[in-house]
Amino acid sequence: MADFFSKAEVTSSGRPVLLRSEVECHLLSSVDIESEDNHHFYPLKSGLLILTTHRLLWLPSSSSSSTSSAAAIPLHAISHIFSTKKSLKSMFHSPRIRFQVLVSPDGRLFDPASGSGSSSGSGSKSIVLTAVVRGKGDCDGFLGKLWESWRARAWECNETSGSGSGSGSGTGTSTATSGGLYSSDGSVRMVGVAGILRKEQEMWESTDKSLQDAFQDLNALMSKAKEMVMLAEKMRQKLLSGSSSQTSGANDEDMGSKEEMQDWLLSVGIISPVTKESAGALYHQQLSRQLADFVRTPLQRAGGMINLIDAYCLFNRARGTELISPDDMLQACSLWEKFDVPVMLRKFDSGVMVIQNKSHSDEEVFARIKGLVTKPEALRSGISPSDAAITLGIAPAMAKEHLLTAESKGLLCRDISPDGFRFYINLFPEIDPRDVYLLK
Amino acid sequence: MQKLGDFKLPHFFNYPPYFTLQPVRETREKQVQLWKELILDYCRTQKIFVIGLEEEFPLFSNSVIERTLSHEAREAFLSALISEGRAEWLDKGHRRCLILWHRIQDWADIILNFVKDNGFEDSVMTVEEIRSGIESRGTELHGIDRTILMRALKLLEQKGKLAIFKGTSADDEGVKFSV
Repeated sequence: MADFFSKAEVTSSGRPVLLRSEVECHLLSSVDIESEDNHHFYPLKSGLLILTTHRLLWLPSSSSSSTSSAAAIPLHAISHIFSTKKSLKSMFHSPRIRFQVLVSPDGRLFDPASGSGSSSGSGSKSIVLTAVVRGKGDCDGFLGKLWESWRARAWECNETSGSGSGSGSGTGTSTATSGGLYSSDGSVRMVGVAGILRKEQEMWESTDKSLQDAFQDLNALMSKAKEMVMLAEKMRQKLLSGSSSQTSGANDEDMGSKEEMQDWLLSVGIISPVTKESAGALYHQQLSRQLADFVRTPLQRAGGMINLIDAYCLFNRARGTELISPDDMLQACSLWEKFDVPVMLRKFDSGVMVIQNKSHSDEEVFARIKGLVTKPEALRSGISPSDAAITLGIAPAMAKEHLLTAESKGLLCRDISPDGFRFYINLFPEIDPRDVYLLK
Repeated sequence: MQKLGDFKLPHFFNYPPYFTLQPVRETREKQVQLWKELILDYCRTQKIFVIGLEEEFPLFSNSVIERTLSHEAREAFLSALISEGRAEWLDKGHRRCLILWHRIQDWADIILNFVKDNGFEDSVMTVEEIRSGIESRGTELHGIDRTILMRALKLLEQKGKLAIFKGTSADDEGVKFSV
């Protein structure tokens, strides 16, 4: 009975793992899912219901029993959605969303991904599921979006585009292997070096046109966004594979250094930003979890600690549109205390706020600083925040915070001079006022 | 060993953080203690009675490590001496500081000993003679700051050990001992 639904994968911060090109559309909280005859599965109680372009996801909240795991209903399996009938009785009930799903012969939800055959439903049963909305969310809005997503049938586009991109990346090589002047559809086949160059040329022209179209119309931009991300992905692959094609030499110069390009591509990572519209009252909670997921990669690259302001810029850049305000960011970070996420917000005495891994240990950093500051060179002329930054592998501003913290613990002391702000190992405790003249 | 004139400097004089006012409380306390003792030692051996905050004071700079105490640091250390009763501001603007490497009471005792050693128990002397006369040579009284001397004498006058009187000219004060 527990295996009725499809499995839904969840990240360590409690966010659902989305499929390729799957986008979230709406959210409702405190939702129960029951079947009308209660035979097929134990009712799912009080969870988060997420509508995406491809599926309905039910995530257990932290207060519900731990025996329920995240469940998914592919929209593909829905055969009918009932409209709500407004009656006197419905005014006193919690709002309900009822829909009919296909059930496979072995009693489980029909799942097209499991390869159980065509969806024509010959001989398979269907049952009616009810989602009882006990929270305060916009049930009618959700229902409307459910209709839209179900009608849009995004999962079918995915299948066709998947095969399309496969052939697209092979343009350079496929033409060289086949012989003959004409291809099967009658067009002039491009052969030889000229053909390869011509193909590249065409691709660049279509890319250019694609970019121009995108910028003319913002709505068109949203649908082009998916193409843009695919394009960025392709370019990334090209860069990673090195200069294997003849024209890549010139392209490298145009695009600047590889490193810059990769950084730029990294920031165009998130397809489905959580927005106020789709999450409503849960906005900050979902944002908080998404932020926790996002921030892990930059954290790793920055050595375990990153300035809050830097994280804010990176996150907004990745979102692209639907930017969040600094207040939202701060709220999202403050909510981490309530969840079990591996990151935390920290405020230094100087007022600087950073995001750091929970596993980060101050003691370990102090040990490394001590090692650095007792080297012969450092005993003579101390260390600067830049020196510490290089040793610790973090930004100089972060290094300075660590040095200041070490100072406040009595490990270091400061030396301010025209040479700048430097730190020495604290020898004051060692100095004995009665024994100050070292006679050597 | 590093010297300032003929004064032997302690080894931590070459430790650069020594010249930066430390913000952390415990470190600061130790730093202040070391500077207080150094200032008193130096002034005692060099017979310096007044430090001008805005003037160059050799002890407050170390040319070897190229460090100098900031104005704020100097004020902090001198204020610490003042709290301990080993110094006093001579002006409201806190520009000049009197250093009492002997407290006034100690100076009073030194004067009494000087009087007893030389048999001046019932004598009369000018103030100037006390600080620069032949008998004072070789004693700590020689070259003592006038302000400090007057304070010590006044203290002894209160105790009835002497009487101060004005002489024939304005700065020619005298003392009649009755030790």
